[in-house]
Amino acid sequence: MRLGEASLSAIELRGVAKHWGTTRAVDGINLTARQGSLVVLLGPSGCGKSTLLRLIAGLEEVTDGSIRIGGEDVTKLPPARRHLAMVFQNYALFPHLDVRENILFGLKVRKVGAADRDRRLKRVAELLAIGHLLDRKPGQLSGGQQQRVALGRAIIAEQPVCLMDEPLSNLDAQLRQDMRREIRALQRELGVTMIYVTHDQTEAMSMADQVVLLRDGRVEQDATPAELYARPATLFVASFIGTPPMNRLALADGPHGACIKGAPEAVIGDSGGTGLVLGVRPEDMVLAVDSGDGLAGTVDSSEYFGADTIVACRVGTETALIRCPGNRLLPPGTPVRLGWNEGAAHLFDAGTGRRRSVD
Amino acid sequence: MQTRYSAHIYGWLLLLPAAVLLVAFTHAPMVSAFVDSFMSTPKGARPARFVGLMQYETLIEDPIFWRVLGNNILFAVWTIPASIALAIAMALLVNGKLKGRGFLRMAYFTPTVLPMIAVANIWMFFFTPDYGLIDQIRGLFGGGPVNWLGQQSTALYCLMVVTVWKEAGFFMIFYLAALQGINPSLYEAASLEGASRWTVFRRITWPLLMPTTLFVLINAVIGAFRLVDHVVVMTKGGPDNASSLLLFYIYEIGFKYWDTAYASTLTVVLLVLLAAVAVFQFTYLDKRTHYQ
Repeated sequence: MRLGEASLSAIELRGVAKHWGTTRAVDGINLTARQGSLVVLLGPSGCGKSTLLRLIAGLEEVTDGSIRIGGEDVTKLPPARRHLAMVFQNYALFPHLDVRENILFGLKVRKVGAADRDRRLKRVAELLAIGHLLDRKPGQLSGGQQQRVALGRAIIAEQPVCLMDEPLSNLDAQLRQDMRREIRALQRELGVTMIYVTHDQTEAMSMADQVVLLRDGRVEQDATPAELYARPATLFVASFIGTPPMNRLALADGPHGACIKGAPEAVIGDSGGTGLVLGVRPEDMVLAVDSGDGLAGTVDSSEYFGADTIVACRVGTETALIRCPGNRLLPPGTPVRLGWNEGAAHLFDAGTGRRRSVD
Repeated sequence: MQTRYSAHIYGWLLLLPAAVLLVAFTHAPMVSAFVDSFMSTPKGARPARFVGLMQYETLIEDPIFWRVLGNNILFAVWTIPASIALAIAMALLVNGKLKGRGFLRMAYFTPTVLPMIAVANIWMFFFTPDYGLIDQIRGLFGGGPVNWLGQQSTALYCLMVVTVWKEAGFFMIFYLAALQGINPSLYEAASLEGASRWTVFRRITWPLLMPTTLFVLINAVIGAFRLVDHVVVMTKGGPDNASSLLLFYIYEIGFKYWDTAYASTLTVVLLVLLAAVAVFQFTYLDKRTHYQ
């Protein structure tokens, strides 16, 4: 193993594709995961993220491309020889075996000695606080406990790579939040490289070192969570990240420069607007009821969430959402003025959806 | 109170038709067989009279009974594991990714659809000395004719082959259904660990099939003591009772020799035997079975 290269990239995909007949589930994916990092594969259902994970695991065969794990080409190797562990969405616990046997299953198959087995089981049970569950069957455990056992089975293998297929999707909201933190802490402590599939952007933003956003089997953007939020590469990314997502306002040519469709005031001077989309995050927008500055708009509706209020306003033919701190419930029809913070505007090409630089 | 009372009557009325049939044709004969086993066989002017355990003493001293019981146990011991093993093997085969598996499933199931009488007649031809199918194949390799059904050493085993051939496809259907209920990601989890096919079968598939096996086992045991059509068609229990089974012997005693009291005694023994097996299966095996 060449040390320098291997220590940098634990997983490397080159042109990986999976086709079923004419369906291209995964199409020409390039991806590099650094050693010890947590990479989230994010995307809506049907974007190919689970298929990509199964290709990395070796549970599906690639149609094209190559997969390297730890510097070794594993494209043609069976799952067992890829040095990885996996947590399945439904946990895939063996229902007839108790927790101890579930966790030890892999070690027994690999003929690890009894002393070593016991030592590792003890450590994993402590790490996940499941020592008191070892004699129970999976059917006697709650969803969160089953999740821990599935994690335990993956951790005990002590493999350098761990794959996770939507591991939290069957848990309730509170538990999901706790497990998110716990999995992240565990991954850091053990120093494993983790590929984590989810459709939940909150999980991606809060856990990942690197987010790979997929759409229709292709990479839409591969960046850090901060970059993904601050500089979305496409309209799709802009519309996927953020709750509520970025406002996308179609532009038109105006007398003094580009303006929002149906609203004459220029938003970008000295430029045409047709074929462009303006993106502004709801939290970057400012709403004023009394002052005269900014674009004229009218309130459509407002929703109160406790810490803030999301106000929907009509500007020209477009609708913008504005996040206002506190309780700002405004009656529909209220005339308001809208603006946004310096540098908060993003421009996209309406046709290709790609990001344009803002002058 | 009034409505609850009428609900009871309503419930009993719904149960009545089935209950009447069960009592008339199952429970009453069982009880009367039990009673008759302590009586003598009525003959002409002599009505049946109480003889205590005399019939059971006759039974213990009846060499044919012991031979037939031995035959039946041998028959069960061979046919049950063989048909279960074959059923699982066939189910695993047609559950996999395989071209033409729909056809194969149908082919495996066909013997179940055929009536036993027809099956027995087909196999009669296979076993025919000299020009039967088996002897013709043997002939290609220089083997001489064998009277498969006509000699004591092979007659019972020929019946076993027919039974396994007929039953395995039926059991396969249950195993196939059970296999399709197993979560495929369990197999994927095992493949990540590099478990061999044998390990996967031994540690995952087989234990998860246990409830099905228990069900099949009960059916197979009952079948081994209940099926006599092939005996009637193929050997009539011969030669010298070599292929006679318990139920066939009961039939002979009861309806050929008309010794109805002794036939009742044999019937009681058969019922006790089956009950004992069922109790074992439902208590001992049930505890060791994982139900999902």
